[in-house]
Amino acid sequence: MDEQLILEVSQVTSYIKEIMDSDGLLTGLCIRGELSNYKTYPSGHHYFTLKDGKAALSCVMFRSNAMRLRFRPENGMTVLAAGRITVYERDGKYQLYCVSMSPEGAGDLSVAFEQLKKKLSAEGLFDESHKKPIPKYPHRIALITSSAGAALHDMLRILGQRYPLSEVKLLPVRVQGAEAPGEIAAALDHANRCRVADLIITGRGGGSMEDLWAFNEEIVARAIYRSEIPVISAVGHEPDVTISDYVADLRAATPSNAAELATPDKQDLIVRLRHLNSRMAQSLGKRLKLSRQQLSLRTSARVLRSPMEYLEDRRQQLDSDMERLAQLMTMHSGKARTDLLRRQERLPAAWQSSILNRRQQSGTLAARLDAMSPLKVLSRGYSITEKSGGSAIRSASELKAGEQIRIRFSKGSALASVDQIMEE
Amino acid sequence: MAKKSQTFEASMERLDEIVKLLENGDVSLEESIRLFEEGTKLSAQCSKLLDEAELKVTQLMQGPDGTPVEQEIPNA
Repeated sequence: MDEQLILEVSQVTSYIKEIMDSDGLLTGLCIRGELSNYKTYPSGHHYFTLKDGKAALSCVMFRSNAMRLRFRPENGMTVLAAGRITVYERDGKYQLYCVSMSPEGAGDLSVAFEQLKKKLSAEGLFDESHKKPIPKYPHRIALITSSAGAALHDMLRILGQRYPLSEVKLLPVRVQGAEAPGEIAAALDHANRCRVADLIITGRGGGSMEDLWAFNEEIVARAIYRSEIPVISAVGHEPDVTISDYVADLRAATPSNAAELATPDKQDLIVRLRHLNSRMAQSLGKRLKLSRQQLSLRTSARVLRSPMEYLEDRRQQLDSDMERLAQLMTMHSGKARTDLLRRQERLPAAWQSSILNRRQQSGTLAARLDAMSPLKVLSRGYSITEKSGGSAIRSASELKAGEQIRIRFSKGSALASVDQIMEE
Repeated sequence: MAKKSQTFEASMERLDEIVKLLENGDVSLEESIRLFEEGTKLSAQCSKLLDEAELKVTQLMQGPDGTPVEQEIPNA
């Protein structure tokens, strides 16, 4: 045994590491396994174990790689992890240095989408109660989209056709790539801070899930949720649904559709104006007809045709009312004494006041009618001049010199003859 | 232009109100005629606004000092 080579721990560990590091398979692996013991450290490094039914493998993913994960790894998830296996000399154990990881089966983007959707939904970001109504007539519309895309062109064309009264504010942003989510969120916040509009449309034209990804980012979703200005989300084509669509106050299938949902249509407005006009004309016509009917009803009223006769009738009515009242009183006095005793205190008083009321009413009515009567006019010193036939004379031209006339005074009348006619 | 849209909205609201008042029939004949005149004037004004308006588009850009500046862009 004395010829035996003696090695230090570090020497042998280093030796093993060298073997492993020079192995073609171990330096470039892709491993399928189930995640367990997943831990994220404050340093940003992720530590976890990959296992199957028979074995387990320690893994580490450093911060720089972990940052690029599109989904949140969870225990129990089956993943494909890529990296190399080597020795961690301090602990004398081998582990997988994982550089990238994706969920098996579904793509990492769709897993990320489902995860974020679940998280934000649980937080209430999609709640109907938080959704704001879209203004009926948007005065200013902010478009948060690319200034180069076909989406902008389509939206401007449709907005111009439908409701050219509104003013469009374009906030140009990148809609794909690493910078896009930050720019879109910043534009949303800016639009709110400066109150540039009363409606926001944000979106882009169609593309792959990767292209549309900015609208699936949490930072964009939260900016939409924060917005006090209503937001219409318009991403991609009809079947594309993004997280932004769920958070927005209204989801449009496409940017063109958003422009339609945002505005009233000029053609509809013109039809509506025409309709309102005809309704006004119709109502006024009805009102005029009613007034004409009311007028003819009033001119034929008896009180105007023969006021004195009307007054006499009212007096007669009053007399007969009082007679009936007297009869009633007699009848009542003939009834049971107790009944009478109970009532006589308050009923006569009520009758009295009722009679008084009627008298007063009748008095004022008589005075008003009296004021209108031709007799009253005469009593103020006016007189009526009549032809011998009895018709009242309104103009001197109706007379000839020497003609007989009758002058009616308040009391009595006189016959006279015309000396001279003086026409104006 | 935003002002035009505001005028339009206010006019439409007043028009709706006028039609309702006229249709209710609670107003006097004189008032009806006045409302009708006001209504037809408003409706003509609204039609004119719609006929003559052109979409105005401005772009909000980052100025050299970082503050946003507005720039009108020709309608596409």
